[in-house]
Amino acid sequence: MYPASFNYLRASSVREAISMIGDNEDAKFIAGGHSLVPLMKLRLATPSTLVDIGRLTDLSYVREDGGQIAIGALTRHRDLEISPVLNAKAPIIAKVAGQVGDPSVRHKGTIGGSIAHGDGASDLPAAALALDAVFVAEGPSGRREIKSTDFHKGFLETALAPNEVLVEIRIPANIKSWSFQKFNRRAQDWAIVGVAAVKNGSTRVALINMGSTPLRAAGTESAIQSGASLKEAASQADLGLDPPGDLNATVEFRRHLAHVLVGRALEELG
Amino acid sequence: MTTIANASSGVIGQPMLRREDPKLLSGEARFTDDLKIPGALWIGLVRSPFANAKIISIDTQDAKASPGIVAVYVASDLQSEWAGPIPSAWQVTPDMKSPAHYPLASGKANYVGDPVAVVVGNSPTEVADAVALVDVSYEELPAVVDLEEALTDANVIHEELGTNKCYVWELNPNPQGIEDAFKSAAHVVKERYIQQRLIPAAMEPRSVAVVPSPMGGDYTLYSATQIPHILKVMTALTVGISESKIRVIAPSVGGGFGSKLDVYPEELLCLALARKHKVPVRWTEERTEGAQATIQGRGQVQHIELAADKDGKLLGVRADIIADMGGYQQLITAGVPLLGAFLYHGAYHTPTYAFKCTGVYTNKTPTDAYRGAGRPEATYAIERAMDSLAKTVGVDPAEIRRRNFIPTESFPYNSPAGLVFDSGNYGPNLDQALTAVGYDTLRADQEKRRAEGSTKHLGIGLSFFVEMCGLAPSRVLASLNYAAGGWESATVRILPTSKVQVVTGTAPHGQGHETVWAMIVADKLGISVDDIEVLHSDTSIAPHGMDTYGSRSLSVGGSAVHIATERVLEKAQKIAAHLLEASEDDLEYQGGIFSVKGSPDKTMPLAAIAFEAFTAHNLPDGLEPNLEATTTWDPPNFTFPFGSHIAVVEVDEETGKVELLRYMAVDDCGPRVNPLIVEGQIHGGLAQGIGQALYEEAVYDSAGNLLNATFADYLLPSAAELPTFELGNTVTPSPTNPLGVKGIGEAGAIASPPAVMNAIVDALSHIGPIQIEMPASPERVWKAIQAVRA
Ligand SMILES: Cc1cc2nc3c(=O)[nH]c(=O)nc-3n(C[C@H](O)[C@H](O)[C@H](O)COP(=O)(O)OP(=O)(O)OC[C@H]3O[C@@H](n4cnc5c(N)ncnc54)[C@H](O)[C@@H]3O)c2cc1C
Repeated sequence: MYPASFNYLRASSVREAISMIGDNEDAKFIAGGHSLVPLMKLRLATPSTLVDIGRLTDLSYVREDGGQIAIGALTRHRDLEISPVLNAKAPIIAKVAGQVGDPSVRHKGTIGGSIAHGDGASDLPAAALALDAVFVAEGPSGRREIKSTDFHKGFLETALAPNEVLVEIRIPANIKSWSFQKFNRRAQDWAIVGVAAVKNGSTRVALINMGSTPLRAAGTESAIQSGASLKEAASQADLGLDPPGDLNATVEFRRHLAHVLVGRALEELG
Repeated sequence: MTTIANASSGVIGQPMLRREDPKLLSGEARFTDDLKIPGALWIGLVRSPFANAKIISIDTQDAKASPGIVAVYVASDLQSEWAGPIPSAWQVTPDMKSPAHYPLASGKANYVGDPVAVVVGNSPTEVADAVALVDVSYEELPAVVDLEEALTDANVIHEELGTNKCYVWELNPNPQGIEDAFKSAAHVVKERYIQQRLIPAAMEPRSVAVVPSPMGGDYTLYSATQIPHILKVMTALTVGISESKIRVIAPSVGGGFGSKLDVYPEELLCLALARKHKVPVRWTEERTEGAQATIQGRGQVQHIELAADKDGKLLGVRADIIADMGGYQQLITAGVPLLGAFLYHGAYHTPTYAFKCTGVYTNKTPTDAYRGAGRPEATYAIERAMDSLAKTVGVDPAEIRRRNFIPTESFPYNSPAGLVFDSGNYGPNLDQALTAVGYDTLRADQEKRRAEGSTKHLGIGLSFFVEMCGLAPSRVLASLNYAAGGWESATVRILPTSKVQVVTGTAPHGQGHETVWAMIVADKLGISVDDIEVLHSDTSIAPHGMDTYGSRSLSVGGSAVHIATERVLEKAQKIAAHLLEASEDDLEYQGGIFSVKGSPDKTMPLAAIAFEAFTAHNLPDGLEPNLEATTTWDPPNFTFPFGSHIAVVEVDEETGKVELLRYMAVDDCGPRVNPLIVEGQIHGGLAQGIGQALYEEAVYDSAGNLLNATFADYLLPSAAELPTFELGNTVTPSPTNPLGVKGIGEAGAIASPPAVMNAIVDALSHIGPIQIEMPASPERVWKAIQAVRA
């Protein structure tokens, strides 16, 4: 399909991107374009202006920073996948990034775009939630930090203002006990259900495609806290959730998959 | 003489790389949409969003006023452009019912995607914007989606037909015999299967461009089509332009699988509008549009019954199917299920046989030929039913097949359905596959896993297929009431500089004819393939042809090339004898050089003879100048390739996910002219057949909406889902053509769905008798397990 017509501006710095978008509510940032362009082609999104931040290469990095790892928002999935820092200190992110879509998606899509898009079916936001990540956003009045647990507000809705750029993702380093379970029919597909789990002091379990936003399996987490067996905890995976039904899985089957996959994840965490 | 014509220089059988690939891989190849056509107008179709709806009114004002728009037409504006309806070439029974079908629907839309108006404008983007501005008011009617419900006629789609039933076609040569067979049977198996609808999804979408010539009222029609020749005749008849004024060119074409074996509204509209506006007019399909408005494959409810004696030997096979036509007839919609009519007994001898097919209209995209066309459906039914029979009798699936194979000594085999199977040697082929896959070891592994209580079950699925291809003997097509012949034409022309042109009536769109036809000629002439050019898919260069579909090109078109080459060589031999002053019988021919037996110094290369034939200065009396021969070959029979396919799967009981671990295919397509291309065809066919078994289905809701019209939702398998295919082959030449070849284009898609499904059922057989339809999605498998456990 052809998208509706739009204006195109290319920013050469975050400051410039913010001023280019100004207070135009119909304008949108575009990074890798791999979530936005499909929506535009189906004319489900019709932004009047695109402000391209895809070439802000200084926002493409993975580095250790104190006890944490800082990831630039413009870092492509492929660069996460092969990052030595991540593979050594937080392999879950490298592993998750390596299973996003197919190679062309991974070479274009960015972690910032994936998180800012706020799709409950995306993999990286779930990993960020399981890691209790902190997001750094920059707007006209400077930078602020947003906790990942406060970030996702509703279907494709986040805590970012329209003129705020997500610039950095901060996660803890030295993640040893983790699991990523992605269930799909074809390697290139989105998860039908997915689980990102981390044991780092407490156990945090995030779910993919079990609701309209990336979310945590509160039922499982509290069951673990109160000393339930892994099996019992897994059976609480969909507690209070309202998963979608579609051609790949009915609501009933998604709930079942969440139980199975959370069970497998908890087993892997040990 | 014949010794020379029969000589081979060993080119046939070589795994030569495809000559067409460098251009395709480097982007040099030109597809229809790549053509630069200055001044062309673009069209866009306004399509019905409803499956069944009355068109109350169409307001085109806003669209007409939109920037870059030249015109907007509805059906009534263009009615005078048509000399006839969209062609349907297969009236399968005298009383078959067909609704009127024109490029734009009038009065009523009959499927989601049915075009109701056409927008003409300067660019595809301006046209896309204006299409959205055409305001159509519809009265939505309840949609007819389910085949069995459609047959009740509770809701009739085409009022003028008075029924949704299109036709009933029956083959029952021995009604009493088959009744008796079922009465006396020790074992009877009755099964019902669903052949889901499939979206062909060729890599290149459809595309058309019609360019009126600056003088003479001629038109060049470029199309991403598999059938340039048929298209020329059909568009001429439908648009009312003399056939001699239309030239059809199919540039590089990126796959078809049957979906481009058709005459589409967009081709007719571009031609009619180029005539009306006197400028080039073009169109390229969008993907979602293609999912809705390019034909779909399959779409059947199948009932199959087997009667067998106490040892499991077949006494009778009875099939009764309902075939989904969709909203209208396309080119051969009605006939597609009948291409399987004769094959529901598969590779097995049965004394009695009956087949019945009921065609029915529904409010869905029209169906038509899709890779295998009728034969995958037949193969699926018999191969799954044979597994059920094995279970009932209590023998291994391989053993039930062996007991029933048509014996090698009975070929040519007069089938109970009235065909003559040309040649076959089934037992050794199956043995080879079983040995190669390590069947006994796999069975032991399966037992071991079960004993250990694993939740990941191993399944081994067998499918032995036989199909009929090489379409087709023209007389047989006549008996089936098909409106064309099945011959193929070829010209072989040696130019004065000794370069060779091969002109073929086949229309390759990914198969590799440019390589293989050159190999056939090179093999015979003893020259390099680099000196041979294959010309095709342009009706001005190759005026006669029946195009490419039904695994016909090599056995019919390749045979024509072979015969034309022989004729050229015979003529060259006459000239050589004359110039070397020898008798024709004393000549030898090797490596492109004629020599006189016993006088090794008396030689003459083909190149020199070609030049002599051109100058005509010194030819034998009565011999015409030039070295060229044209032939038209009408095959005496179909060919019947066969093979054993074995799928090995792992089924995760907890998630229902099926992983295809291994796939072994031992095909017999006769001698393989180019084994590399044969294997490529098998790989592609397997991907599509495995796609049908595990991933693909055009899903319609009860309102007739196609729910998965994008590649995000319509799941085509990729290389990542497929194991490394393990291929073997046996060679049983066909006696029906000079090359002995059979055809391989569809084999993979025909054989693989039942192999995979049988493997899934086999994996879970210790849990219970699993009932599962294609595609075997994780949820379906999981639910099927829950159902037998409950
Ligand atoms: C075929 C295909 C398969 C895919 N499969 C998967 C999959 O399996 N798993 C998965 O998780 N994802 C998948 N994706 C999505 C992919 O990961 C996207 O790349 C990612 O979701 C978005 O990143 P992007 O850089 O492309 O964002 P864009 O498409 O450019 O932008 C997405 C949205 O985020 C906003 N945005 C982008 N960057 C910023 C920023 N720095 N600050 C503020 N706002 C921003 C944009 O304005 C837009 O609204 C797939 C995509 C495709 C096309």
